[in-house]
Amino acid sequence: MLLREGLVGLLARFGHRVVAAVCDAEGLREAVVAHAPDVVVTDVRMPPTFKDEGLRAAVELRRTHPRLPIVVLSQYVETRYATELLNAGDGTSVGYLLKDRVGQVAEFVDALERVVAGGTVIDPEVVRQMVRRRRSPLEALTAREREVLALVAEGRSNAAIAGQLVITDAAVAKHIRNILHKLDLPQAEESHRRVLAVLTFLRS
Amino acid sequence: MWQALARPGYLLSGWPLRSVAYLAVTGVTGLLTLLVTAVSLAAGVLLSMAIVGVPLLAAVALLGLPVAALERRSMRLVDATRRVPVAHRMPHDPGLTWWLRTRFSEAATWRELGYALLFMLVLAPVDLLAVTLGVTVPLALIATPVLLGTVGEGEQVNVLKAYAVTSWPAAFAVCAAGLLALAVCGYGLGLLAGARAALASSLLTMAGNRTADRVTELTRSRVRLLDAFEAERGRIERDLHDGAQQRLVALTMMLGLARLDAPPGPLAKQLERAHDEAGRALGELRNLIRGIHPPLLVDFGIEAAVADLADRSAIPVDVTIEVLPRLPRHIESTVYFVVSEALSNMAKHSGATRGEVSGRFVPEDQTHPGRPGILLVSVRDDGCGGADPDAGTGLLGLRERVSVVDGTLTLSSPPGGPTRVDVEIPCRPLPNSE
Repeated sequence: MLLREGLVGLLARFGHRVVAAVCDAEGLREAVVAHAPDVVVTDVRMPPTFKDEGLRAAVELRRTHPRLPIVVLSQYVETRYATELLNAGDGTSVGYLLKDRVGQVAEFVDALERVVAGGTVIDPEVVRQMVRRRRSPLEALTAREREVLALVAEGRSNAAIAGQLVITDAAVAKHIRNILHKLDLPQAEESHRRVLAVLTFLRS
Repeated sequence: MWQALARPGYLLSGWPLRSVAYLAVTGVTGLLTLLVTAVSLAAGVLLSMAIVGVPLLAAVALLGLPVAALERRSMRLVDATRRVPVAHRMPHDPGLTWWLRTRFSEAATWRELGYALLFMLVLAPVDLLAVTLGVTVPLALIATPVLLGTVGEGEQVNVLKAYAVTSWPAAFAVCAAGLLALAVCGYGLGLLAGARAALASSLLTMAGNRTADRVTELTRSRVRLLDAFEAERGRIERDLHDGAQQRLVALTMMLGLARLDAPPGPLAKQLERAHDEAGRALGELRNLIRGIHPPLLVDFGIEAAVADLADRSAIPVDVTIEVLPRLPRHIESTVYFVVSEALSNMAKHSGATRGEVSGRFVPEDQTHPGRPGILLVSVRDDGCGGADPDAGTGLLGLRERVSVVDGTLTLSSPPGGPTRVDVEIPCRPLPNSE
């Protein structure tokens, strides 16, 4: 409730229009049909049982509206939820963020806009866990390459990664080539395809 | 009853009449029960070839229930203070099936059936005979002068059809003897009724079986308590999630927005600090909630929750858990708790470089119905061993937690390693889970 109102205010502050704010999965489905929104933001938990209705609804929407960008907010870092979401549909235009990120307002809105643009955004915490889970092949990577990998999986562009790590774009591109090569992943240029390749590797 | 018998005014009190009423009630119902049982048994045996007789025979086995219930009630006629507790358990679920299942599986039902047999074949006939003789004989004697004056026309009347009385003095003597007999029978019937009630109540409450029932009941209530405890944790977690956590998220959001609008300067610095602080509070609250009631366990079960635990472990941990059915909540949460503790012990003390968690569920053996399936979970590491269950409370706590759900925990940790914790918990999967 509180969060919903806050989100509406936040999005308005950044010049976006909220066409509908609903409180349950049923309302979400109806609102999507009624308003055909540019993006859906939903919580994992929803009434009536407050378990994972929101995630279920999002997974279902991924199947019924494959082109609809969806961002799922989660209370917890659960790679399992992220995996379910990514496995529904082709993995584009989808985001899975820790609810805390909403507090980093500018970053949150930026993530939302990347998802609308067709990107894939996975919460850094989730990525960190996925990276930790797949230890053995990742041991071949250098520390810097691992840093780059985590940022790639978050859906960052080369320029953004370069900015964050304070290195050149060319250096980033080289790191990424090395990573893809070491992990035996297909070379990909498009940013979200790159993310997908990495995520596919991480959750396999 | 016994105190009443000893008091001088006994014969003039209500007690002799109550004894008569008690014996009459039990005597008559005993005969009726005998009749009903005989008819039901005969019909049941005859019809059992046509299947329909079988339920009838089964119903006869439940005969003890109404008989014992009636006995408990009528007993109060002669012993107002005695309360024979009902030894039957409450069925766990509503519905006839559950009721029947509970009744047929408890000792009280069979004890009461035994009592019912004794009651209709021995006790009730004795009651009926005693009450008939004890009331009619004295009354017949007392009525002799009246009978002599009316039926006998002042000349002769046969007392109890055996002894001829021909004169008025003799008639009055018999009448006096009748009064005496009435008094004797009043005491006699009182004694019999008191003894009968005492016998019935001791047969309907047997100490040994009561203990066994009590143990079963306690075991069940322990599991119910554990379930209630789990539900309560779930509620607390939900309250924190829907309350404090939502407010904190909203707060960080507001602070984040305020930072956008604040002009650079000391105010912006303060806002930044407040924003960071709120973010940290949120992180701490999230960890707290996970400790109370891991959401992954609730939503996806043991495999996912244990895999998540392994992901969070500082030591690399391999997880091989076969597909498990969903198990009762208290079982899942026990397993989660054990694995979580074992992994944190591993990280703290073992010095291991690698750990492993494995688990599988052996379903109920169809050749031994009634024996539940077994959940087997082990946590191993390649560390230095030497874990001592008596040294710290951690392992002891684990063992207790497992024993509450009737499981066992075995620890093997020789000095030099490796350490291995094995848990076995008998349990049944939840219906419609796979």
